[in-house]
Amino acid sequence: MTGPATLPDQPPEQDPPLPETRPHLGHALASEWTKMVSVRSTLWTLGALVLLVVGIGLLAVGETNDPTGFTNPPHTAAAVFGLLVGQVAVIVLGVLTVTSEYATGLIRTTLTAAPDRARVLTAKYLVFAAVAFTVVSASVAVVGIASMIAVDSPQAHQTAGEWLAALTGCLYITLLGVLGLAIGAVVRHSAGAIAVMLGLVTLPPVVGGMLTMWDSLTPLGNLIIRYNAPVAIMQMFGLPTSEVGGLPGNWAQLALIVAVAGAAVAGSYAVVGRRDV
Amino acid sequence: MIEAVGLTKRFGAKTAVDQLSFQVRPGHVTGFLGPNGSGKSTTMRMILGLDQPTSGQVTINGRPFRELGNAQRNVGALLDAKAVHGGRRARTHLLSIAQLSGIPEKRVDEVLAVVGLQDVARRRTKGFSLGMGQRLGIATALLGDPRVLLFDEPVNGLDPEGILWVRNLMRQLASEGRTVFVSSHLMSEMALTADHLIVIGRGRLLADMGTQEFIAHNSAGFARVRAAGNDQDGRKALAAALTAAGGRVLQEPDGALRVTGLELPHISDLAHGVGVRLWELSPHRASLEEAYMRMTQSSVEYTSTEDPRAELWEPDPLALPAWEDGAAAPEVPQDGFFAPPPPGAGGKPFLMPGSAAELAGTAGTAPNNPEDTR
Ligand SMILES: Nc1ncnc2c1ncn2[C@@H]1O[C@H](COP(=O)(O)OP(=O)(O)OP(=O)(O)O)[C@@H](O)[C@H]1O
Ligand SMILES: [Mg+2]
Repeated sequence: MTGPATLPDQPPEQDPPLPETRPHLGHALASEWTKMVSVRSTLWTLGALVLLVVGIGLLAVGETNDPTGFTNPPHTAAAVFGLLVGQVAVIVLGVLTVTSEYATGLIRTTLTAAPDRARVLTAKYLVFAAVAFTVVSASVAVVGIASMIAVDSPQAHQTAGEWLAALTGCLYITLLGVLGLAIGAVVRHSAGAIAVMLGLVTLPPVVGGMLTMWDSLTPLGNLIIRYNAPVAIMQMFGLPTSEVGGLPGNWAQLALIVAVAGAAVAGSYAVVGRRDV
Repeated sequence: MIEAVGLTKRFGAKTAVDQLSFQVRPGHVTGFLGPNGSGKSTTMRMILGLDQPTSGQVTINGRPFRELGNAQRNVGALLDAKAVHGGRRARTHLLSIAQLSGIPEKRVDEVLAVVGLQDVARRRTKGFSLGMGQRLGIATALLGDPRVLLFDEPVNGLDPEGILWVRNLMRQLASEGRTVFVSSHLMSEMALTADHLIVIGRGRLLADMGTQEFIAHNSAGFARVRAAGNDQDGRKALAAALTAAGGRVLQEPDGALRVTGLELPHISDLAHGVGVRLWELSPHRASLEEAYMRMTQSSVEYTSTEDPRAELWEPDPLALPAWEDGAAAPEVPQDGFFAPPPPGAGGKPFLMPGSAAELAGTAGTAPNNPEDTR
């Protein structure tokens, strides 16, 4: 624990001087990446996600490995069971990306080193979104490909359009995590932000169903039943959704989450930019 | 150079920092003192742009912190040693902060060596002791080799060797022409480290002056005089003679006298004159702690009350004998062990800058401004 009382800063002519230029987003991205890969919560959440999606997906593939059983849905549909649970892991990772800094006080160190808060926040969004999307779609791809190899049925199919739809589903789940990050940045508490997000993901089907009990609220209830996270995910992965007819297209679902997450992200920039840390 | 002008911060009804104006000059270690809750950390957060001032402004080398081009190259700060993610390894933590400004990885190893953490660089910071955390915080502040450094209670939790190291580090940083602004509650340490002091109480500026000047203005050395055998009559006679000669006398619980305003030889002569033998005649230098306590007495917000159990003990305060002139007594805190105030200080117990504007303006030219000795 003994520190030499000298600073090896001044003398070296051989050392290149530290950069004086204004730091840019690339620097913040590198920092965020280091932060993301250096804590265990990343490993736990993403590990849980992969285990759920791939594990349950392969089980599902095994169960449906019957020439007559696996008819309608595309191969990637096997991943959806894991994803419906795994989306929580993505949300938790998104929330923790920012709230862990507030919980520990690290945010003050970060914003002292990088006073441009928008730069830091942007890096968080980009790194998280890239990591989450990569891991989610890789897990889905593993399940889809495994299914293509294992399921030997003339009816089994996976068109390019269905791959794209599955990719849209991965994007949807990533955006749920982005929404979690935005809410985390605003409320600054891990538990609070996770609770809000769980409510947003799990309550709409229930609330929508309850609203249909009143005649005057039935249209609203039906709307909520059609536009919510579980339904959107199942739909994008080509599972038949037995709910109300006339379901909106994948793009409408995606547009909705883009709008909601976008609004939350915009709000987070406004709040974090002005608020005392 | 850090310059605050009329800096004010309110949290609801609570005014944490109140019209604070000061300058922290390069080449000096400037101590930042004040009781708990007096607004030191809040001021530092405002300097670093983390908190937005309610009014007033603070600049670093003429620019607000958030407008500095490369923050880490200009300013390094240790605010809170615990402000790290416990699950991250020390080196990775430093690396992630360094990367924010494109500081090369090599510099991370340099600062780890500077603070003596190279052996635990790959351990998760959760297991760090308080002192190791402080060292990591200091390493973070040094990353960008900045011209301005802020440390909020850096020696908190350090071992004596670590305290010595921090003292030398601060002095060295200042001697290299950097601006070093450091808060602490360890007065003995500040007396050795800081050349200049900024003292606040309840968010207001109480003093802005050189350390030696501060001590001289706010406390006095005294002589402790003990009459032989603790004999009552001799002591009374001596006290009367000392008072008559212009000294001020206060009696300690064990019968010794504290005398100010008289030189030691003079005291000895007076004792000889009244035929009192002395068992002790010792000089006591004024300390920063004493000066600080005297100044901040009235602005301490969080004072402790006596534990009722203490009543089981016989209180034995500094007695105020008959010869002590009552009018001057109030300046001496009743319950502390202080010397009487220096006779020269008169009604103005400490030197205060005349106004905030004076400080804000060119400090050297303000007539009443206690400029440091530069
Ligand atoms: N975010 C905040 N919200 C509300 N009140 C605050 C906040 N931060 C500080 N305060 C209040 O402002 C006052 C000054 O606090 P500050 O932490 O600056 O004191 P300090 O001088 O650093 O004290 P210490 O010596 O104990 O560290 C305190 O009364 C504190 O309660
Ligand atoms: Mg403090």
